[in-house]
Amino acid sequence: MTAIVANSRQERWWNSRTAHRFMNHHLALIGMVMIAVLTLACVLGPYLLPYDSLYIDLRARFAPPLTGHHYLGTDPLGRDLAARLFMAGRISLLVGFSAMLLSTLIGTLVGVLAGYRGGWLGTTLMRTVDGFLSFPSIFLVLALSAALKPSPMMITVVIAATSWMEVARIVEAEVRSLREREFVQAGRMLGLSGTHIMFREILPNAIGPIIVAATLTVARAILMEAYISFLGYGIQPPLPSWGNMLNGAQQYLGTAPWLAIIPGAAITIAVTSFNFIGDGLRDALDVRGDHG
Amino acid sequence: MRGFLLNRLSQSLVLLLIVSVIGFVVLNLIPGGPLAQFGLDPSMTQDDLNRLKEQLGLNRPLWLQYLDWAWRLVQGDWGHSFRDGTPVLDVIGRHLVATLLLMGSSTVIAIAIGTWIGIRGATHRYSVFDYLATVGAMVALSIPTFWFGLVGIYVFSLRLGWLPAGNMYTIGDGSVLNHIHHLILPSIVLALVHVAIWSRYMRTATLDVISQDFVKTARAKGLSERRILMKHVVGNALLPMITLAGMQLPSVLTGALVTETVFTWPGMGRLFLDSLGYSDYPVVMGLLMFSAILVVLCNLIADIVVAIIDPRIRLS
Repeated sequence: MTAIVANSRQERWWNSRTAHRFMNHHLALIGMVMIAVLTLACVLGPYLLPYDSLYIDLRARFAPPLTGHHYLGTDPLGRDLAARLFMAGRISLLVGFSAMLLSTLIGTLVGVLAGYRGGWLGTTLMRTVDGFLSFPSIFLVLALSAALKPSPMMITVVIAATSWMEVARIVEAEVRSLREREFVQAGRMLGLSGTHIMFREILPNAIGPIIVAATLTVARAILMEAYISFLGYGIQPPLPSWGNMLNGAQQYLGTAPWLAIIPGAAITIAVTSFNFIGDGLRDALDVRGDHG
Repeated sequence: MRGFLLNRLSQSLVLLLIVSVIGFVVLNLIPGGPLAQFGLDPSMTQDDLNRLKEQLGLNRPLWLQYLDWAWRLVQGDWGHSFRDGTPVLDVIGRHLVATLLLMGSSTVIAIAIGTWIGIRGATHRYSVFDYLATVGAMVALSIPTFWFGLVGIYVFSLRLGWLPAGNMYTIGDGSVLNHIHHLILPSIVLALVHVAIWSRYMRTATLDVISQDFVKTARAKGLSERRILMKHVVGNALLPMITLAGMQLPSVLTGALVTETVFTWPGMGRLFLDSLGYSDYPVVMGLLMFSAILVVLCNLIADIVVAIIDPRIRLS
């Protein structure tokens, strides 16, 4: 019986009305298209461009955009900026996406546990969430990155470790409100285990808010990677990321502004797109937002 | 009121405890420990390092070190900088004013513009202005602060030459006007994200207030829309914003860190990065704790102010 209830609820998230509302959300569509284009460019771009991202063209150092076949110009070493931008995009998008998966996992686990069990465990967990939230996490992220070896994997873990709290908060509130519903009580009466009720009965009903929070977390994770890489504690060269491409760009701002403007524009486009998609999903899935 | 205060105070202390434990553990994870910096000095022998370790009490168990450190922290002894031996609190104090100046001026900008956009968006709901403000806020939230700063420097300093590209004042010219001139660009850059957040929350808060009965009553009394807005709506809508201002502090601090880097602003953010670069462990830890205390304190003040103004919160 519980399975039937859960299934009928699960269907509600992706019925035609939800899809319809999402498709009518122009910003979300723009975001989807931009992310698709950006991802395709990052995956295929390096194969299509005439220059490899590591090829040093000494005769074309500091070339402005649209010189010869350097469509976006070159950097101080004469490396093609377009090729580097796409290779960097692979890293930045991958780090952002993996950090989202990890932090959503942590946040969901903490949220479900705190929301369902409640009591002292719930209070302790949510106080920890408050603690992390009320802290300027960039300080902690920088200290952690300085302490650990900053490989892409490590950066992902560090970002995830400091960005799971929003998801935890949303899931906790959702689970707490679902805990007293009839289908959960029915599950309890049937003698289902706490784990089963938490993850098989309640969690599928909280999936909407989780998807929205996860989408916005991708945006935040990409931004966070950009911040720490820009400050020199993130992805280390020669591995390019959008953030570390900006790292040395400030000193050439007067002579080669494209070095700073182009990677930053890529970050802004990617983050804006994920925020647009998140906003559209929030409307389509009828999730109450924090603001707006 | 007393119970409310005690409750919030104990919560704040628990928060500080959590932050301090996390920070302490993290910084002790650095390979080579807190003394990594001294290990780089070729004139330092292993014996010297061991002696230094003994001297600083770093060979004791971690929990004992923590308790000792925390006890001294409470007493006001925050340790000494590894770089020049200055007390950590003095080092922080020297950089505090610059950061507070930057954060203060950008907060004023963010609140002024954000409040205006929010109220206008709520009173002209679904208008072109409201739509543009909504989209604009989402874009503003997506722009990396440091990139916005770089673009600002490129346009206003390098191309137009209107504003200085960095530093807090021109050397040899410490006038107030010169300070303000240097303050304009970084505070606008730091304010952008918070204008976006503030305007969104302000719009929601205004919409909440507009639909309340006392606004209907005011309308029924025949008050002009302008008077209703000024006398009844704005004040009530601003009330939840006090809490928001406290909650936004961590993100303002984060923004200040990168803004200070881009604009070579001599504040706490730059100090943090410099200290991290030098592995100046006592200053890094001091700044971690200081920012946490600052955040906790501001949230506490915000809660108290709201509770004083609004008895509903105090009693519930």
